Amino acid sequence: MIDTLYAYFVAPFAEYGFMQRALVGTLFLSLGSSPVGVFLMLRRMSLTGDAMSHAILPGVATGFLLFGLDILPMTLGGIAAGLVVALAAGAISRITVQREDASLAAFYLISLALGVLIVSLRGSTVDLMHVLFGSVLGLNDEAMLTIGIITAVTFAMLAVFWRALVAECLDPLFLRSVSRLGPAVHFVFMAIVVLNLVGGYLALGTLLSVGLMMLPAAAARFWTSRAETMALVAIAIAAASSVSGLLLSFHAALPAGPAIVLSAGAVYAGSLLLGTSGIIHSRTAKGHHRIA
Amino acid sequence: MPNGARQAVSFKDVTLGYHRHPAVHHLTGSLDKGALTAIIGANGSGKSTLMKGITGMLKPMSGEIHIAPGETIAYLPQQSELDRHFPARVVDLVAMGLWNKRGLIGRHTGADRARIVAALETVGLSGFERRGIDTLSGGQLQRVLFARVLVQDASLILLDEPFSAIDAKTLSDLVDLITRWQEEGRTVAVVVHDLDLVRAHFPMAMLLARRLVAWDETRKVLAPRNLEQARDFQETWDEAAPWCHDDDHDPQGGIPHQHGADAEADRIAGNAP
Repeated sequence: MIDTLYAYFVAPFAEYGFMQRALVGTLFLSLGSSPVGVFLMLRRMSLTGDAMSHAILPGVATGFLLFGLDILPMTLGGIAAGLVVALAAGAISRITVQREDASLAAFYLISLALGVLIVSLRGSTVDLMHVLFGSVLGLNDEAMLTIGIITAVTFAMLAVFWRALVAECLDPLFLRSVSRLGPAVHFVFMAIVVLNLVGGYLALGTLLSVGLMMLPAAAARFWTSRAETMALVAIAIAAASSVSGLLLSFHAALPAGPAIVLSAGAVYAGSLLLGTSGIIHSRTAKGHHRIA
Repeated sequence: MPNGARQAVSFKDVTLGYHRHPAVHHLTGSLDKGALTAIIGANGSGKSTLMKGITGMLKPMSGEIHIAPGETIAYLPQQSELDRHFPARVVDLVAMGLWNKRGLIGRHTGADRARIVAALETVGLSGFERRGIDTLSGGQLQRVLFARVLVQDASLILLDEPFSAIDAKTLSDLVDLITRWQEEGRTVAVVVHDLDLVRAHFPMAMLLARRLVAWDETRKVLAPRNLEQARDFQETWDEAAPWCHDDDHDPQGGIPHQHGADAEADRIAGNAP
């Protein structure tokens, strides 16, 4: 029995270096990315993560075009492209009549098309697949280091700006009355989003990086009604999904990125049904009430 | 005009607005220290815009708003600006009032927490600390927001429509609190729609209709002639309104802005060519 459990759950990580790397990489990513997803959700920007994950593509693709499959240029390119789109979309919403969702939609569509075009200038379909769907089972030292740094920076930024982020979601006008940080907080937050999407792209690819960011956050919403706890629950869900996805990928010979995201999807579906504010609980809670 | 030492806020030919259209037009005057002033006027008459101008959130298109040195501001925006679905507890919302003391990362001390508890007790919400804000009634939420103002402990308090959609008991309690603030020597300006309430509790009043109609003792401001003049104001936005040239005399310059429906009134008053 114990042997079987070991063979299923421990041996893949104990015996294969590439699985260990994938585990450490995705666990790091879970730590940084899912609290960011919680804030995206609470700011009603759940789809912004998706848009931004496309926006980083031309930068990644330019890095790829100039230097091939080298992590550093692709990472820096992705961060640059993401920041340009976030800043431009935010600035346009502040100086013109267009709202941020519309300007972001315009920019990310342009970015996505540009990214695909740039990749096609040099690469083959296989290269494009690599950029779009990542290579969690092929993480090298450089990629691991990049993900580690991104997670550390994210944690530091969240610790410093937590109070301002909460205030900006809860009562933005009040924040603006007591601090000049209001608009800056938004850009700092978008920078954290971009950093984590680039980190996610290294492990899961641009298309799936947003999955590890948003699905655990959306699932955590069904279990708690405090932002701090929600971030912790989201981290736990993301970490569990990473482990489960990697094991699934190993045993069933499935691509790891989609397996991780689908594991998070399964937790989301379970939370939707069974969470303390999920469907079943809110149905059965009817008919019971307290005396005061 | 009162002398400088008595003024908490002074306005010098201030025009505030959006997209080059004025919402508060060429306002001059001052809020005296310790004054309790009701800011009245129809929807769109510039009341909230003026509050945003005083807090510094909105920069004047022309003119100058001067806050006396040492004044600290507590501002209560309209409730509609608050995200009531955000997962926060009452204590989290009230603790935002500590921002000026603790800033971005300063730890909240035991004394801070005691202040929050005391503020909630003052507004009649003892024991509500751990309640989620999404479970509060409109009146309870407004009490919580007043507790946040208490925690801010500011010398200048600006309240934007604090009495909308609350019951008589809450209204009476909150008015008592405002009166107490004035007795403590704080300067208080409140956007109010109920003129009976203004007559009963506010010694000073400012009547706005995108321009200043009257600013004086309440009984003088609420004279029928002033109210009639303010009523004639219509909420309009005339894209083709002529440019205002009052700023030609402004030594600091200013952003050219257009007049709306009041262009005609300006012409009559000789403000426009």
